[in-house]
Amino acid sequence: MECVFGLVGEGFAVVAADTSAVHSILVHKSNEDKIMVLDSHKLIAASGEPGDRVQFTEYIQKNVALYQFRNGIPLTTAAAANFTRGELATALRKNPYSVNILLAGYDKETGPALYYIDYIATLHKVDKGAFGYGSYFSLSTMDRHYHSRMSVEEAIDLVDKCIVEIRSRLVVAPPNFVIKIVDKDGAREYAWRETVKDSIASSA
Amino acid sequence: MARYDRAITVFSPDGHLFQVEYALEAVRKGNAAVGVRGTDTIVLGVEKKSTAKLQDSRSVRKIVNLDDHIALACAGLKADARVLVNRARIECQSHRLTVEDPVTVEYITRYIAGLQQKYTQSGGVRPFGLSTLIIGFDPYSGAPSLYQTDPSGTFSAWKANATGRNSNSIREFLEKNYKETSGQETVKLAIRALLEVVESGGKNIEVAVMTKEQGLRQLEEAEIDAIVAEIDAEKAAAEAAKKAPSKET
Repeated sequence: MECVFGLVGEGFAVVAADTSAVHSILVHKSNEDKIMVLDSHKLIAASGEPGDRVQFTEYIQKNVALYQFRNGIPLTTAAAANFTRGELATALRKNPYSVNILLAGYDKETGPALYYIDYIATLHKVDKGAFGYGSYFSLSTMDRHYHSRMSVEEAIDLVDKCIVEIRSRLVVAPPNFVIKIVDKDGAREYAWRETVKDSIASSA
Repeated sequence: MARYDRAITVFSPDGHLFQVEYALEAVRKGNAAVGVRGTDTIVLGVEKKSTAKLQDSRSVRKIVNLDDHIALACAGLKADARVLVNRARIECQSHRLTVEDPVTVEYITRYIAGLQQKYTQSGGVRPFGLSTLIIGFDPYSGAPSLYQTDPSGTFSAWKANATGRNSNSIREFLEKNYKETSGQETVKLAIRALLEVVESGGKNIEVAVMTKEQGLRQLEEAEIDAIVAEIDAEKAAAEAAKKAPSKET
């Protein structure tokens, strides 16, 4: 029931992910951040097997950092995406990672980009993408309202429309979402959309 | 294959490891490098032998960063340095991956020294021909550190040290003139020490400054020239002051 989706706008890319950590019928926590800051100008939104998700994305993050120290310049978004896909592909026929990834990044030369990388090492450069059961709703909503070069306000409005759609139509819809954005000023958290606050102490 | 497993570094009858001592000789022939630890700033300075006219000097960086908070300068075989630096950079990331924490300066120094030691006790290999100066801030306590390693694999912490060509003269100067400094004073002390053995001028030395907030910053040639000018002016003023009182008496 994990929902991850994202889109590219004018000079930025935005990704949103649900924040539930679930094991069978138990919700461990509702504020699990599944969007990792890969480097100053890249975000990885990942869904799938929790152990694999953390293990794989951290591995990619450290290798991207190593490249930067070795070569004095950061990897481009395309290079990072291809490296990520390559690692998934190599592991695929031995012990595959069950992780789906949306990689969003901003390069000074080429602007914002979004890459769809699924668990069997598919790589697509896309304007909008989504994973999970939520994708049935978010992709359709994005298809209806998306146009190229949207502003941040329009894009966040579309993200909120998708979240509303998921909340109302998915049977076990995740209560909370985190939205992160990457543009020329870097990758950062944009907002949370919460219906359930995790800490009980606040109501006591 | 069997021919490459005999050790090259073996004891001499009077207890020396000649290969290690020869490696130290190689270090003594390398460019002078100096490191000075201040209270909030740590400085590395390296002698830059004049670059050939056709060479792109930007591709010859002598002070490198191993991680966001650790930097290294060395004296000796630069090709060996490349290998050691690469291994250290991998270890810095590997440590972050396994324990989710950045390395401490002591940890990575111990790792590099351990690597250098391994190559004095293995078959078919020669020791690394370089000594390193490693600087950084402890990620938790924020304390500045300066460490030195050498081809034998020993390491220790220093307030200020030098290695490479004429390192003894530089160390003597530092022992005489070291005091707790911070900020620009630390930079000046490092450059003054290096100028003891290197021709004056921004194009003959490479200087990098590390602070907790900004990490490693390489100084531009113009900046170095400005500081050298300041140092020269201070020296001239000190000379004049020395002469003036004796005239009055």
